[in-house]
Amino acid sequence: MARPLDARALAALAANPGCRRRALLDGAGVDKGALAEAIGSPSAAFGQSQFAFMRGNAFEAKVKGDGGTELLRLLHERMGAGSEPPGDATAPDLAAAGPEGRAARTALALREATAAGSWALLDHPMLALEVAGSPAYLEPDAVVVHPDGRWTVVEIKSFPMIDAAADPSKVGAAARQSAVYVLALERVASLTDGASVDHSVLLVCPKDFSNLPTASVIDVRKQLSVTRRQLTRLARIEDIADGLPPGITFDLDGQSGESLASAVEAVPAVYAPECLAACELAFHCRGRAREEGAVTALGRAMRGELGGLTTIGEVLAAARGESGDPADPTVAAVRRAAALRAEAGVPCR
Amino acid sequence: MSLISTLARLEAVESGRAQPLTTVRHRHLSERPLVFVPLTTAGEAGAPLGALVGSDRAAPTLLVVPQPRDRDLRFTFLADLAEAVLPYLDAYADDVEPAERSETDPETGKKTKVEAELCADAPQLIVPGRAGIDFVRLLGRSMRFRRTAEQDPDAPYPAPPRVPLLGRWFTHYAERARTPGAALLLAATDLLNRHWASGQSSLEDQHLGALLAWIDPPEGESGAEAALRAELARGADGQLLCPPAGPATDPAFDNRLLAPAVERYDRARQALQTAEDGLAADERLVQLTIAEREIRRLLAAQLMPTWTAVWRALDLLRELPEGERAAARWTSDRWSFTGHRDRIAAGEPPQPRRDDAVTAATKLLRRERAQAELEAGEALDDPLVMAGRRLAGEAFAGEVVEVTPAWTESKRPSPRPLVTLRTDDAPHLAEGTKVYRTLDGKPQKAEFVTYEPEGALVLRILDKMGRAKDPAPGSVPDKGDRICWTLFEHEQRGAPKLPDPEATPWTHGGPPGSGTAEQPDPLTPEDLL
Amino acid sequence: MTAFDPGAAAAGATDAILADTLHGVSRGVVVDSPPGAGKSTLVVRAALELAAAGRPLMVVAQTNSQVDDLVVRLAEKAPDLPVGRLHSNDSDPYDKALDDLDNVRKSSKAGDLAGLDVVISTAAKWAHVKSTDTGGPWRHAIVDEAYQMRSDALLAVAGLFERALFVGDPGQLDPFAIADAEQWAGLSYDPSASAVSTLLAHNPELPQHRLPVSWRLPASAAPLVSDAFYPFTPFRSGTDHGDRRLAFGVASDGSAPDRALDEAAESGWALLELPARHTPRTDPEAVRAVARVVRRLLDRGGAATSERSPEPVPLTAARIAVGTAHRDQAAAVRAALAELGVTGVAVDTANRLQGREFDVTVVLHPLSGRPDATAFHLETGRLCVLASRHRHACIVVCRAGVTDLLDDHPSTEPVQLGVTVKFPDGWEANHAVLSHLAEHRVVWQP
Repeated sequence: MARPLDARALAALAANPGCRRRALLDGAGVDKGALAEAIGSPSAAFGQSQFAFMRGNAFEAKVKGDGGTELLRLLHERMGAGSEPPGDATAPDLAAAGPEGRAARTALALREATAAGSWALLDHPMLALEVAGSPAYLEPDAVVVHPDGRWTVVEIKSFPMIDAAADPSKVGAAARQSAVYVLALERVASLTDGASVDHSVLLVCPKDFSNLPTASVIDVRKQLSVTRRQLTRLARIEDIADGLPPGITFDLDGQSGESLASAVEAVPAVYAPECLAACELAFHCRGRAREEGAVTALGRAMRGELGGLTTIGEVLAAARGESGDPADPTVAAVRRAAALRAEAGVPCR
Repeated sequence: MSLISTLARLEAVESGRAQPLTTVRHRHLSERPLVFVPLTTAGEAGAPLGALVGSDRAAPTLLVVPQPRDRDLRFTFLADLAEAVLPYLDAYADDVEPAERSETDPETGKKTKVEAELCADAPQLIVPGRAGIDFVRLLGRSMRFRRTAEQDPDAPYPAPPRVPLLGRWFTHYAERARTPGAALLLAATDLLNRHWASGQSSLEDQHLGALLAWIDPPEGESGAEAALRAELARGADGQLLCPPAGPATDPAFDNRLLAPAVERYDRARQALQTAEDGLAADERLVQLTIAEREIRRLLAAQLMPTWTAVWRALDLLRELPEGERAAARWTSDRWSFTGHRDRIAAGEPPQPRRDDAVTAATKLLRRERAQAELEAGEALDDPLVMAGRRLAGEAFAGEVVEVTPAWTESKRPSPRPLVTLRTDDAPHLAEGTKVYRTLDGKPQKAEFVTYEPEGALVLRILDKMGRAKDPAPGSVPDKGDRICWTLFEHEQRGAPKLPDPEATPWTHGGPPGSGTAEQPDPLTPEDLL
Repeated sequence: MTAFDPGAAAAGATDAILADTLHGVSRGVVVDSPPGAGKSTLVVRAALELAAAGRPLMVVAQTNSQVDDLVVRLAEKAPDLPVGRLHSNDSDPYDKALDDLDNVRKSSKAGDLAGLDVVISTAAKWAHVKSTDTGGPWRHAIVDEAYQMRSDALLAVAGLFERALFVGDPGQLDPFAIADAEQWAGLSYDPSASAVSTLLAHNPELPQHRLPVSWRLPASAAPLVSDAFYPFTPFRSGTDHGDRRLAFGVASDGSAPDRALDEAAESGWALLELPARHTPRTDPEAVRAVARVVRRLLDRGGAATSERSPEPVPLTAARIAVGTAHRDQAAAVRAALAELGVTGVAVDTANRLQGREFDVTVVLHPLSGRPDATAFHLETGRLCVLASRHRHACIVVCRAGVTDLLDDHPSTEPVQLGVTVKFPDGWEANHAVLSHLAEHRVVWQP
C-alpha cells in the first residue's frame, strides 16, 4: 500500500508546509486518494486523462529519441557555455534491482562520467534523499554530465512554450520539482571529485503548436533555498506519529471508514482552499473546516484583516454588536464595515 | 480583499446564499451576445475537441472534432467555427454613426478632433470562465498566422479560407479582455464574482456550476449543499452531474467515455478506407457516421449544462440595472471593435507574436488608466462599492454643517468658500489633500484644510464656481447637504506621448527594424494545430 | 593587508564614475548606491562638473520632493548656477523654499527654461516634453532613483537626451503597475520592469559602478543590511565600531522598552518582542509599544556622538522616525504618540521613508501579528527600507511567531520564462534579519 515519497509530492509539500496531516500521510506513503475514498470524501479530479498521459509519454520519447541527440543539442545551445558540442555522448545503462540498487548504479555512472570528462546523458537516473527521517527515491527525467564536471537536471513537460512563454504556474511547479532533484544530486556530487551541480535546470517542452521540442533555462536557486529549509524543518515523521494516540493506523484494509476518519482527524491539518488542487484529502479537510466555521475555509487572505477572530460566527456576532470589545480595532472595523454596508442598502442580517 | 466583501462572504455562508457586492451592474451586456463554450483535448496545446456556440440560447451550434489528432478534422472544426462567429461579428461592422476622435498632428504635435466612424454597437463574446478567455487567445494565436491556399498556393497544409481572419478577431478580443472594465469578451464567472459574494473561496468561485449554486440555489436547498453537488456529484456511470465548464474535460469522461468512442471512430474510419466495394463502403460509412454521432452525443452532454449555466448567469445579471458609467466604458469597447475592423479592412498584417517596446508601454499605460477609471467609476455609480472605499479611508460622506464664504487674495478675487462637514468616516487626509465630488456629472475639486472637534472637518472648494466674484448658484454646497467626497480623481489625466516604434530610443534597443514581418509557424506532419 | 579606508574607497569610486560620465565613450553609466552611500552628493557633484564643463544637462527624478531637494542642494553648492525647475500645472507644484533661491527659474513650460545650465523635473513631467520644445535633445542627463523608475517611464523620456548617468538603489522598493503586465514578462523591455533592467538588457556593455561605503549605516548595521539585501554588491560602513555612540542621561527603569533601548544603544539593534498573537494591522499593544519606546527615547535624554561632531548631540524628535508597512498603522502610531504628548517624530510607511535618514528608527515589523504573509509583506525592498534608515540604532517591535509564519508560508510562486530571478528573495531576507534580531531580543508582556 505504501508508496515512496516522490519529487512531485515533496515539491507539493511546499504548497502547505504547515500541514502535519499531509506531512505524515505523504511521509508514510499512504495512498491519500484511496484514503479519501474510504472515508467518504473522494476528491474531484486527481486522475489523469489518458490523452494527456499518452501525449506526455510520446513527447518524452521523441525528445530522448536517437540517443538524446536533440536533447543534448538543446542543452548545449542553452547552457553549453562555450564547451565542445556533444557528439557522441555516453548513455550509461542504469538498470539495477530495486531503488537502492538503481541509486547506487546512478551514483557510479555519475562518477564515471565525471571522471571521463565527456558528455553523458543519464536517462531516468535514480536519486536518494533522506526526508523527515525516511529515504525518498527520486527519478528525474534526465541528468546530463558536462565535460567540465557540471551536472544539469533536465525536466521534460508536455505543456507548450508558445512564443517563448509558458503557463507560469506549471513552470513554477516544474521548478520546485527540479529543485528537489538538484538537492538530491548535490549529495552525490559532494562525494564526487570535480563534480558540481547546476542551480539552473533545463526545461524541455513542445514548441508552439508542434511536437518539436524547445527548451528554456530556469534558475531554481530560490526554490532550492526554500526546499532546503523546509526539508530540514519538516517535522520528523516519527515525532508526529509519536504525538498520536496509540493504535492509530492508516491501513485501508480491515478498518472501517469511521475508524479511518478518526485516525485522520487525530493528525492536525491546516486547510486552505489551495489544497483542493494539491491534495486528495482536501474535500475532507474542507468539510471539517466548514463545520468549525473557520474563516480560512474561505481563503488564507480572509484572515488578514480579522485579527484574533477566527470563526465566521465570531466575526458576524462582532459585526452585529452582539459580542467583542469595541476597543479592539478588528471589532471596530467589522462594525464599521457592517454599518457602511447597511447604509448602502444591504443590512447585516 | 476589503472587509466589506469579506463580511459579505461570511454572511453568504451563514445565510446559505450569495450576497450582493453591488447595487448596479458594472458591465454592459449586449442584447444579443454570442456565447462560446469550448472544450479542448487534454495534454494538447490548442487541439479543440468541441464547442457550443451561438447567440440564440435555444439553438446552439454544436461543433465536434471526432479525432483531435487529425489536422483535417481540426481545420473543419475551425472553418465551421469561423462560419458561426464571423457572420455574427460582420453584422455589427456596417451599422455606424458619425463620431469625433482626437488625433495628434504629427507635424505640430497638437491634438485635434477629426471626424470618424464609430460602430453603433459591438459584438460581445461570453465564455464560461477565465480559462475560456485564455483558450480564445490560444485559438487566436494558432489561427492568425495560418496561410490559406489563396494567400500561399504552395502551403503544404493550407488553412480554410476564413480561419486566419477568425484568428485575428479572437486575438483582438482576448487582448481587449486584458483591459480593465472592457466588455467585448467576458467570462461568466468573472461577471458573477464582480456582483455577488458567495460563501466559498475565490478559488472555488472559478467553478461556474458551484458559483451559480450559491447565487441561485434550488428551492429548499442551501448554496453550500447545491455547490457541493455541482463540484462532486457523479451519476451511476461515474460521470460528474455538472461537468467542468471547460475547456478542460474531466479525466473520468476522457478515460471512460471519450477514449473508447474515439477508438471506435478510428476503427470505423480505417474500415471505411479498406472497404473493397461500394456496398461495403456504404455499410462502413454508416458505421462511421454512427461512431461520429456518438462522439457528438457525448460532447453535447458535456457541453449543454455549461451552455445553460452561462445563459442563466446572464439572466441573473440582467436583473441588475446597468451602472451609468458602464455605458461609457462600452463606448470604448465600440471604438476598439471599430478600430480593429478598420485595420482588417486596410489590409494590415496580423498582430505580431509579441509586442514591441512602444506598443507594450502604450498598452500598459492605457490599462492603468482604464483600471483607475474603472475603480473610480464603479464607486461613483454604486453606493455599495463606495462604502468599501470609505472604509478604506479613500472617500468620506457627511453632512454640511457650515459654509463660510471666502476668496483668494488677488486683484480679482475668486471664490474659495470653506465648507465644514460632519462625518463618521476616517479618511486619510493631510493638509492640502485634494478631494473630489460629483457636481452636474463633473468632478469638483476641494482641498482639506483642518479637522475640527467632534468628527468635523473643513474643506476649501477650489473650482467649478464660475468666473464671477461670487460662486455660481448651486456650485457651493448648502448647509444640510449630504455629500460624498473622494480622495481619488474621477477622471484620468492625459497620458504622455510615447515615441513612435521607429523612434524607439537606444535604452530600449532602438527601432525594432523592418525585417520583422511575422512568418507563419513552421509546419510538420505531426503538428497539432 | 592594508586596512580598509572608507574615504579613499568612496573617493576612488566617485572619481571613476565622474571620469566615465565626463570623458567616457559609453552612452550610459549605471551607479548602484546602497543606503546612505552619498547618492545625492554624487548626483549634485556630477551635475556641477558637467555644467562647469559647459555641458548643460537635464535631471530626471521620480517625485517632486526629490526634485525640490536636488534643486536646494545644487543651489547650496553653487548659488550662482542657473537652474531650471520644470513643474506641473497643479496648484503648489513645488516647494515654496525654491522661491527664495535667486538663480532658480521655475516654469511649467520647458521652452521657458531652455538655455539654463541644469533643468530638473520629475519623470512624469519630462514625459510630456518634446525634444523640439527645448531646441533638440540634451547632450547629457542624470536619472536619479533609476531603480524606482519604470521601464515605460524611461521610454517616454529617453528621446530627450543623448547620454545619461543612471543612479539608484537596487535594494529599495520596486516600481509596480496597477494593471496586469504578465504578458510582457521575460521581454527585455517589459514596461513594468525597472528602467535599469531594461537599460542593461539592451546595453550590457555599459560601465556599472557602485558606491562602496554607507556613510549612514553604522558598523553594527552595514554587514547585516549588505548580506541580507545586497548579497552580490556588498558594501561597508564608513564608520567603525566605537565611532558612534548612543547614550542616555536617564538610567533604565528596568522596563522592557528601556531594556530594548539599552540593547539598541549598545549593539545598534533591538527586538522588542510581544507575545505571539494574531492581531489586526493596527495591533493596539504593538502600536502602544512603539509609542512607548519613542516616548522613553525622548524622556531618557538620548545623546548621539558621531564622527560629525566631537560633542554629543541631543537626540531630538526630529532625529527619530517610526516606520510601518501600512498607512493605517502609521496613523495609529501618530495617534498613540499624540496621546503620550510626543510631536515632531516622522511616522510613515516604508514607501514614504525611502531616501530619508534619522539617528534612531523604531520599526513595527511588517509581519508582526499577521495570520498570513503576503507578497506585499514579504517584499524585500520594504524590509530593506525599514532596516536602513538609521545612523545609530534601530528598534524593531514585533509579535513572536514570525519565524513560524515564514516557515509555514506556502511557496507556490509562478515562474515566468526568461525573467531574471531577483535576489535576494523576501522570504530569505526576512529570515536573515529575524535571526540576527533574535540575538538582541527583549521579551515584553505588556
